[in-house]
Amino acid sequence: MRTLRAIFGHGSGRIGGVIVSVYLLIAILGLFGLTPHNPITQFRVDRLHAPNGAYWMGTDLFGRDVASRLMAGIGQSFTVAFFSVAFATLAGTVLGLAAAWLGRRWDGVVMRIMDVLLAFPAILLALLIVTVAGPGTWTSVVAIGIVYTPIFTRVVRGPALSLKAREFVDAARTFGSSSSYIVTRHLLLNLVAPLTVQVTLALAWALLTEAGLSFLGLGTQPPAASLGLMLSDSRNLMETAPWLMIFPGLTIMISILGFNLLGDALRDILDPRMRRAPA
Amino acid sequence: MTPLLSVRDLHVGFGRDPQANEVVRGISFDLADGETLAIVGESGSGKSVTALSINRLIDFGGGRITGGAMKLKRADGSLFDLTSAAEPQLRGIRGAEIGMIFQEPMTSLNPVLTIGSQIEESFRLHRGLTGRQATAAAKDALDRVRIPDAARRLKYTPNQLSGGMLQRVMIAIALACNPRLLIADEPTTALDVTVQAQIMALLAELKRETGMSVIFITHDIGLVAGIADKVMVMQNGQAVEQGELNQILDRPRHPYTQHLLQDVPHFARGGATRADGQRDKDPHAEPALKVDGLVVRFPLKSNFFSRATGAVHAVDGVDFDLMPGETLAIVGESGSGKSTTAKAVLGLVRSTRGSFSVGARKASAERSAKPVQMVFQNPYASLNPRLAIESILAEPVIANGGRVDTETRAKMASLLERVGLPRNSLERYPHEFSGGQRQRLCIARALMLNPSVVVLDEAVSALDVSVQAKVLELLVELQREFGLAYLFISHDIAVVERIAHRIAVIYAGQIVEIGDAASVLSKPKHSYTKKLIAAVPTIDRRREHFEIDTRQVPSLVRPQGFEPAPALWERFGSDHMARVEA
Repeated sequence: MRTLRAIFGHGSGRIGGVIVSVYLLIAILGLFGLTPHNPITQFRVDRLHAPNGAYWMGTDLFGRDVASRLMAGIGQSFTVAFFSVAFATLAGTVLGLAAAWLGRRWDGVVMRIMDVLLAFPAILLALLIVTVAGPGTWTSVVAIGIVYTPIFTRVVRGPALSLKAREFVDAARTFGSSSSYIVTRHLLLNLVAPLTVQVTLALAWALLTEAGLSFLGLGTQPPAASLGLMLSDSRNLMETAPWLMIFPGLTIMISILGFNLLGDALRDILDPRMRRAPA
Repeated sequence: MTPLLSVRDLHVGFGRDPQANEVVRGISFDLADGETLAIVGESGSGKSVTALSINRLIDFGGGRITGGAMKLKRADGSLFDLTSAAEPQLRGIRGAEIGMIFQEPMTSLNPVLTIGSQIEESFRLHRGLTGRQATAAAKDALDRVRIPDAARRLKYTPNQLSGGMLQRVMIAIALACNPRLLIADEPTTALDVTVQAQIMALLAELKRETGMSVIFITHDIGLVAGIADKVMVMQNGQAVEQGELNQILDRPRHPYTQHLLQDVPHFARGGATRADGQRDKDPHAEPALKVDGLVVRFPLKSNFFSRATGAVHAVDGVDFDLMPGETLAIVGESGSGKSTTAKAVLGLVRSTRGSFSVGARKASAERSAKPVQMVFQNPYASLNPRLAIESILAEPVIANGGRVDTETRAKMASLLERVGLPRNSLERYPHEFSGGQRQRLCIARALMLNPSVVVLDEAVSALDVSVQAKVLELLVELQREFGLAYLFISHDIAVVERIAHRIAVIYAGQIVEIGDAASVLSKPKHSYTKKLIAAVPTIDRRREHFEIDTRQVPSLVRPQGFEPAPALWERFGSDHMARVEA
């Protein structure tokens, strides 16, 4: 609650928070089919109709309502982004903590594997995984998750190593605290702030990667809607029906702006030194 | 005659509204040519801010001079207004006319450049020397600060030199252009006491040679006696008292100065030791902790695949025993093995050899952790910032299979009260407490498991002097109340004198002298103990200096399989012995 209030008291946090909240709302509406029209119904008569009262953002080549498809697409993209980032956070945190805590050989092996994964450009690695496993929503989730795992591993391992050398960890050892207690209370708890920031930023990248995969035809499969797919469809119609490109493009741009602003605000807010002492 | 530096009603503030956040509030002083002014105060008193304002480095730290005037007499006799000068003009003043040395020599030098190139930089900037000329000047500068073998040391990077040597390099850089004013901001605080004595002696000698003026900032009023002509005592941004050295030390007028001189531990050569010794009370008592032949070695490998080629002998055969209710102080310099000894006793470091017995039962090195508890040096690093005090105090209990029930809570509350913290502390977080309060929290946490031995590793070193005195008092009270045995590890002889019943002096991993505190401090027998005690600054030793001794501590790296010769001890009196020197 305190964090939430702090976000809305923070300049860029307010903007980012509003953007992300609106998107979340749209994503939920889109997922539950609460859209103005059915996103896959083809209104053949109104093909490539410009935006008007009935079709807020116009229609596409098949006469499908762009606004409805956009809402469904946001739902789809957010689902993929959410699950893939959850996957990456979980895997990255576990691997990073294990590498830092166990040290020695474990550290070496885990971090070298992560280095190899990091050596591939994100979209290329995702493409590779999807090509091997076949396209689809859940393969995108796993692919994007694997792509961002090394980043979380690094974000966790570095600070965890430095926390491990802090005196309060030594102190805990003198009481005979168990490893699991030390790892969860002394390491993980101190990592919540950097992780939260990282999660917010990773959501933005994951959205972008999902859009990229769909754009290349390896993510969400037609006729289901997704932001990347819609952009891809708009390519040849850019001059006749610019709304097909403008609305999904803006949607992606603003969502990423929102997550980045929110991430920046969280970074400021979650610093424990910023927390006020109760008077 | 116009003074070299004249400061009038200086005000310095920080933040968006510097006027409202003043840290220095109306400081005035004059500094004549060749004079030394010591500014004494505790952290937060504004002493460092005052110093940084003089060469306007404060501008880079977010500070603003909000009022007053500072005038520096330049070499040609003209007056330079430091308060209103612009940055380009100031750059010509810094280094050339005002030199500065900082507290941490390790972090003040760039670790990737050789010290030679860092000294040369100063000559390049201010005297336009280049190439061979600059190198020659750098060598002279190192010679001047008595660094042996200067030509070769120029090629060293900072990590190859000890802290004392690095501080000499810093002094060499500061003095490169013969500034007429040197500002020294706690230049010896991070150094060992014998090294501190060397640096102080060096500063005094250089001052004599060059006739420069010095502003010496310190929290240790004992250090001032050796070097200052005038003293200014600061508290809360104001000068509470200033005057000639003798007047301040002999006839302090302000209660804060009196407090600094009286209540704070000052070394009294064994005259202020505790009288409640525990040794003779019960000759049959079991020691609370007995350490026999402790050896800790860290093997050295040149690379991952090779065998160990040697070992660092961090602790090399240490024996002592500790009676219930007794304090044994382990005294030594950094790198002497005192902290490693403590960590080995706690099982934080694996001991290579040796045995411990805690209380009556014999415990293995691994599991002796619970009757022995520890308070660490840095109260800021030893409490997890994300946990409320309640969770912090509960941890030892949970670690040992206990629950946080009403009994535990009652214990927490009573311990908090006992160490002098407010009752509502439980829901608060560590950052809401001051350094002294945090150390009290650490003490309370260590007592949650009813230990019989508490290891205090430099437990008061990070605290301000007057806070130090109060925490020491608390420790003595707790010792009497709970019959605790303390293993008190410290480099600060003045503090040790107040709390120790017995003292063990450790040097290069071995105990060289051990015995009754008063006896060791007043009649030291081993040459190292003598040197250590001679280096302690005291307020009685006015303008007294020591021989500059640049001998380095012997290397602790030994070849594989090396064993030290068995120790031979000479006894002096009933409880005092020293290692026979070769």
